[in-house]
Amino acid sequence: MNSEPADPATISDAVSADPKAPRPVRVATGDEHPVTSPLSVHDMTVAYHRKPVLWDVDFDAPAGSLIGMIGPNGAGKSTLLKAALDLIPKASGRVMVFGKPYRQQRHLVGYVPQRESVDWDFPVNALDVVAMGLYRRIGWCRMVSRRHKQSAMQALEQVGMADFAKRQISQLSGGQQQRVFLARALVQDASLYLMDEPFAGVDASTETAIVNILQTLRTAGKTVLVVHHDLHTVRDYFDQVILLNMRIVAHGPTDEIFTPDNLKKTYGGRLTLLDRAAHAIARQGET
Amino acid sequence: MDWTSLDTWIVITGVLSAMSCALVGNFLVLRKMSMMGDAISHAVLPGLAIAFLISSSRGSITMFIGAAIAGLITALFTQWIHKFGKVEESAAMGVTFTALFAIGLILIVRGADKVDLDPGCVLYGAIELVPLDTITFLSLTLPRAVWILGSVMLINILFTLVLYKELRLTCFDPALATTLGINANVMHYVTMTLVAITTVASFESVGSILVIAMLIVPASAAHLLTNRYGLMLAMSMIFAAVSAVLGHISAITVPTWLGFADTSTAGMIAVVAGLLFTCTMFFAPHQGILSKVWHRLRLSLRIASEDILGKLYRLEESTSDQPTLAQSAVFPANKWISRLARADLARTRKITRENNTYRLTEQGRFLAMQLVRSHRLWETYVAKHFDLEVDHLHDSAERTEHYITQTMQQDMIEELSHVKTDPHGKKIPDQPSSEDSIVDPKQKGGQA
Amino acid sequence: MPRPRIFLCLLTLTLFAWPSSVVMASDISSIQDTSMSLPSWDMLLRVLLLKDYNTRVVMFGTMSLGLAAGVIGTMMLLRKRALMGDALSHATLPGIGLAFIVMVQFGGTGKYLPGLLLGASLSGALGLACIMTIRRWTRLKEDAALGIVLSVFFGLGVAILGIIQKMQTGQASGLQSFIYGKTAAMLAQDAKMIAVVALFTVGICGLMFKELKLLCFDATYAQSQGWPILRLDAIIMALIIIVTVIGLQAVGLILMIALLVIPPAAARFWTERLFPMILISAGIGAASGFAGAAFSALLPRLPAGAIIVVVASFIFAMSLLFGTARGIVHRLIDHTNLSRKVAQQNLLRALYERSEGSRSLSKQNLSPIASATSSSFKRLLIARSWSPRKLRRTIRHAISQQLVRSRQDNRYSLTRNGLAEARRVVRNHRLWELYLIHHADIAPSHVDRGADELEHILGPSMVDELLGLLAVKHPELAVPPSPHAINSRSAIGIAGKYRPKTGSSKRT
Repeated sequence: MNSEPADPATISDAVSADPKAPRPVRVATGDEHPVTSPLSVHDMTVAYHRKPVLWDVDFDAPAGSLIGMIGPNGAGKSTLLKAALDLIPKASGRVMVFGKPYRQQRHLVGYVPQRESVDWDFPVNALDVVAMGLYRRIGWCRMVSRRHKQSAMQALEQVGMADFAKRQISQLSGGQQQRVFLARALVQDASLYLMDEPFAGVDASTETAIVNILQTLRTAGKTVLVVHHDLHTVRDYFDQVILLNMRIVAHGPTDEIFTPDNLKKTYGGRLTLLDRAAHAIARQGET
Repeated sequence: MDWTSLDTWIVITGVLSAMSCALVGNFLVLRKMSMMGDAISHAVLPGLAIAFLISSSRGSITMFIGAAIAGLITALFTQWIHKFGKVEESAAMGVTFTALFAIGLILIVRGADKVDLDPGCVLYGAIELVPLDTITFLSLTLPRAVWILGSVMLINILFTLVLYKELRLTCFDPALATTLGINANVMHYVTMTLVAITTVASFESVGSILVIAMLIVPASAAHLLTNRYGLMLAMSMIFAAVSAVLGHISAITVPTWLGFADTSTAGMIAVVAGLLFTCTMFFAPHQGILSKVWHRLRLSLRIASEDILGKLYRLEESTSDQPTLAQSAVFPANKWISRLARADLARTRKITRENNTYRLTEQGRFLAMQLVRSHRLWETYVAKHFDLEVDHLHDSAERTEHYITQTMQQDMIEELSHVKTDPHGKKIPDQPSSEDSIVDPKQKGGQA
Repeated sequence: MPRPRIFLCLLTLTLFAWPSSVVMASDISSIQDTSMSLPSWDMLLRVLLLKDYNTRVVMFGTMSLGLAAGVIGTMMLLRKRALMGDALSHATLPGIGLAFIVMVQFGGTGKYLPGLLLGASLSGALGLACIMTIRRWTRLKEDAALGIVLSVFFGLGVAILGIIQKMQTGQASGLQSFIYGKTAAMLAQDAKMIAVVALFTVGICGLMFKELKLLCFDATYAQSQGWPILRLDAIIMALIIIVTVIGLQAVGLILMIALLVIPPAAARFWTERLFPMILISAGIGAASGFAGAAFSALLPRLPAGAIIVVVASFIFAMSLLFGTARGIVHRLIDHTNLSRKVAQQNLLRALYERSEGSRSLSKQNLSPIASATSSSFKRLLIARSWSPRKLRRTIRHAISQQLVRSRQDNRYSLTRNGLAEARRVVRNHRLWELYLIHHADIAPSHVDRGADELEHILGPSMVDELLGLLAVKHPELAVPPSPHAINSRSAIGIAGKYRPKTGSSKRT
């Protein structure tokens, strides 16, 4: 509807008038969403039963970076990934992958869901699960050929799981299951990887192995976005971070953004007004 | 339709069995085990059959014992297969009850020579024959089924009243109940036994379909109507009674309208319950589909109206010459909701319209100021706390402004240490406290 | 699992399904009632050798039905919609009744089968739509939605049948068979139709095997990959409705759910892979169909649908107990083997550690000394907290395996084989301890610490590193020394903390 044009002069006045908000105001110049960005999320709001759980998320993932998404429980980290992947509906906003809508670019995106999201008693073995990453490429109604199985096997080797290819998946340890999921994403040979808590409940050696793989991916020019919640390892693992708590608190290079101040803002409880607005929206939608 | 005393007894029997089932059904629905009702009402068949074959009569006590055992076995086997076989629970239930039902069916067919029981009777019951079989007890001559169903209903009511809060807790949170010393498992099996007994009591008169329908449908409908546990129990029983009465009436009337003879009462009771449920689903005050759609419509109308008010206000702010004018071309003309909103605003005298030109009234300006105030406060708030470009603020506020209450405005003002302008440099309108404070925004600092 | 084994499984199942149903039936007839005598040997032979045309037709039909239901039922079970079939099959009844009335009104006989089945399919689809609506628009959960649709539709069906009964006595009696099934009345054209539908179902499942597998395993991932999961779900549902509808005549709508649920649930006990599971499930379905048809030929008064289900349930019970992949007995044996293996390893370690502790080991010739060292029963008993009975049993077993020998003075020592085995065990054990002490903050919870393939779990490089870390410090030992004091109980306690859950109680 009507756009309120931004006038740089008045904006800086307005902001400096408020001593409590000394943050520099970046003025949009129109090219803040570069076409080449592997993942750019524009003004995305996501609601569950009309109640917003993510407010106005807006960021661009720089190409070839290893990005950690950090925030407290219930901050909406997994929700962000799922909404970006069109798995849950967005209340507003849009998501671009390499400058095009996600629906046209699915082949460029590899997704690693949370380990708890599937039934590990399912009658398949590790190799079958990894081969699922190739199904889209194989196409409708075609069989999984020997060649496909070989590339699935290579992905398993990459994650150090070749010896377990024939194991039923419930006989694997948590870390091994996570590696299988990782291999399934690797076999897609995507350019952008979205991973939902790949380090949850895995042992130390698996964690090291996964981190090594992630770093290899980055070296190969891929972009990896990882939902993470171990604050101790953030500096070692990621070169970019997104701090999230219902809204993006800060995002950018780890050295600049991962500061005690920002962390306090992220973990210092939710903004009560945000919560109340969310409740108001949910309530008014109901009755 | 000629109503006889026969029909009265049929209705009484139907009401009694429907109400007994509905009461225990509440616990099934609340514990998300509705299909257990289906399973048990099928699986009591072998219990019944064995009881028949042993006693060679339709003696009630053996029947109840047989059914209770069969019901317990269903619940236990389902649990065991689930636990030891690692089979998913609903599948375990499917395996258990179909196997038991099949065995029951074979037994009944084998025993059919001895006992007057056939599979059809189990399914639809023989409610039409109920009044013919009477028993005199305490000098009262009532149909046998009425005696039985009456006592089962009493047992169910007593059970519910005695264990009122325990049942509520186990339905709500079994784990918590267990930590508080109420064994949720024991409650589960007790409830299942009760379901089985109720099933058997209702079986011979109304048949198994009606049992399943009455276990699940009234409780589900009541669940859509109320959030209160006690009320839900009561409503489900009323619902069941109403379905039973209407069900019998429609069984003897509805087919005749279409030129057919009358039909099975049990079937029609289930159909009526289904229709009542459908009505509830659509027309329930809060949970109903229509109410949801209606509220959504009203909400979008309100949002559209508020957008119009806000737009007029901003136009007043920016145009220095002839104030408060807006051609209708400014608004999305093709959107019916926007047209509806404009008509509604004109009707309630918030805007005036002359020759396709709109103008805010005093009242309208009052509301518009509130709205723009919410909008700009929200922008400022978002700018402070979010990592968002300034030119993205507007969209966020556009979505949220409609939901911001006065107290939230106040809290924002305080948190933002009484800012006067938004991040774009626009003036945040003051809180219009009374009629005389409403002035033309141009005179009161709209030039920022 | 190699193919031959699968077919062996199938064959076995088919074979024991047959006599088992005979057993079941004779049980039943012995309860009471002597009006029906057991079939003569001649009759049995006639049926088994498919001499009768009717028997052949019926068997063909029920076997095709069992096969189709077994295949699509597997998908349904794995998609966690086991009771959906129940609701859908009940929901077909009003469609059958209405189709009958409509056909009669238009002057037909009303019993034209394809017409009835069309009605059934439409009403099943309507039931599915109702379930979806209730789930989408109300707070009621799936279970209530299923129950409501099941009972209300079935009630409606019964009401319609009631009307039909009053309106056209005699003609309507045929419709009752849809509720309980009437296998024996199956005609050749019915059987052919079932076979065509079965072929169609199996064909679709075969073609889309990979898509359906992905959908059932991880629908979220499938959706993120752009697979139309709604459409795939719709395909599964449509196939379930079709199979249910053609099964109505054979087993009846109440027992149709059994054919959809029981065979796949039973098949799961025999395999850990999806494809064999489908084959076995189809085999069990077909075997049940075969047995049921045989019975309806032998004992025409028994409801064949019920017999089919009872046979299937019996196979389920057998699978639950004896299944080679997840059967209860199999798992019990595994468990016992594991605890026996653990006990034996503990014994070897105890003997070895005694030999380490009792004498200072000379660097050069370790083995003779170790093997010569002996321990008394008492000593071994206090080395770990095991019961004397268990220790005696473990020792007996170890002696029978020639790992330990008993000497005249009631003392025990390691044999040469035992020593080699003990070294391996002690080496692995200590490497694990080192690993846990040095590397793992989080103990791996699923690994069997007695595992032989330590390298597989930790990776060869890790084992090398561990070996380097300590064994190299003690080049005299093929086995690195224990990082904690061996005979001290507390040290065992510490190590015990890191033990995985499997069999830990047996070891401490």
